[in-house]
Amino acid sequence: MTDTAATASTRRKAFPIRGEGVSFVRDGRAIVDNVTIKIGALDTNAARRPLAILGPNGAGKSVLLRLLAGLLRPTHGTITWAGTPPDAGRALDIGFVFQRPVLLRRTARSNIAYVLNVAGFNASESLDRAATALERSGLAHLADRPARQLSGGEQQQLALARALAQEPGVLILDEPAANLDPASTAAIEQRLREAADEGMKIVLVSHDLAQVRRIAGEVAFMHRGRILERTPAVDFFNEPSSKEAQTFIRGELLL
Amino acid sequence: MTDFSSAFGAALHLVLTADPGLIEIVWLSLKVSFCAVVIAAVIGLPLGAALAVGHFKGRQAFIIAVNALMGLPPVVVGLCVYLMVSNSGPLGTFQLLYTPTAMIIAQAVLVTPIVAALSRQVIEDLASEYDEQLRVFGLSTVERAATLLYEARFSLITALLAGFGRAVAEVGAVMIVGGNINHVTRTMTTAIALETSKGELALAIGLGLILVTMALAVNAAAYSARAFAVRL
Repeated sequence: MTDTAATASTRRKAFPIRGEGVSFVRDGRAIVDNVTIKIGALDTNAARRPLAILGPNGAGKSVLLRLLAGLLRPTHGTITWAGTPPDAGRALDIGFVFQRPVLLRRTARSNIAYVLNVAGFNASESLDRAATALERSGLAHLADRPARQLSGGEQQQLALARALAQEPGVLILDEPAANLDPASTAAIEQRLREAADEGMKIVLVSHDLAQVRRIAGEVAFMHRGRILERTPAVDFFNEPSSKEAQTFIRGELLL
Repeated sequence: MTDFSSAFGAALHLVLTADPGLIEIVWLSLKVSFCAVVIAAVIGLPLGAALAVGHFKGRQAFIIAVNALMGLPPVVVGLCVYLMVSNSGPLGTFQLLYTPTAMIIAQAVLVTPIVAALSRQVIEDLASEYDEQLRVFGLSTVERAATLLYEARFSLITALLAGFGRAVAEVGAVMIVGGNINHVTRTMTTAIALETSKGELALAIGLGLILVTMALAVNAAAYSARAFAVRL
């Protein structure tokens, strides 16, 4: 590869992401229904902290994330990355952490080096940067372990460290801490706070109210494929404007 | 019965003393089948990966065809390659008939579909797990296929060993295109067929023992590759 490897500052941007009237229909059912959403402009304190897409199971949260990340094509409406339609050349400007981490069958360090290699760094530079990335996420002691042998919590932390190593403009996480032990959850949340402080836009899907309270600056509340409200987290938890959100916050089943 | 046991004793003697005639035959067999598997790997692995991750017209039909070709009768392959390389065939000018090269071609034809079909299966299973992750990295279809080939490396060794097992044990194709010429194209299987029909059982049994042992060794290797893969 070249020594002018694409870094976060020189790479073509996908951020900000915008969805206009986006619907995703499968088998005649609108899983995402006419959603307009903008992920950008870190102009307020609330916007600088993570945006949580909150809602009951089946609300269409994960599908919306996949639409934004270009993994799915909307049935109606448009997604744009920095003003133009998504293209693979900018994919690395969006980090994506899945609910179930997909790690490669190699060591923890090679997992991170792999994506840096894709980003254009040469082999030795990738390995150096991977080591740094592991250190920053407190995973240095796992560097030479086969990634698939790590515990569930360690795997998810590694998946996060890998996504952060891409230095994306925006990091998207789909239920990153579902079914994880409290220590791993705390480590992941701490790492997300740090990344947000450094100016990375973070979007996460969750149906865990407590977690959203802990880390979110903004909440977009989703129900039946629609975004019912988007407000700063403080306001959302004090007085949600939609009836559905009120029901959800009270911990009642939202049908 | 005494005939049989004395033949068995003679066979053991041949094997244990590493009889030069026997070694020559074993060595040629291994060489031919190994080369055939290398060719099959070069063609079959990328083909399998392409069938697993590619989206192109006729993919389904292609997959069915490759799966069906796994069961190609060796004698038919032998016949086809014979027609190709015989003097009046399209490759006739190369004078390949009754040479080890012709045998390698025939076995490669036989084994390539096996390698392609097995690797297609392995990689398709893996792709269902990896696909979204590789796509968020912005990888092209070719890059995804390459990554999946590497990720599936231990299972693919099993596919290659299966191909090798098939090649080294088949008799029809090498018999037709090789001609079972002593010191030139005589393999373990063709030698067994010939010696048995002549009633000279010692060499046949000795070679049979070696073939069976190799089958065991190949399977043991496949098993350990798989066991190692689970640990990664």
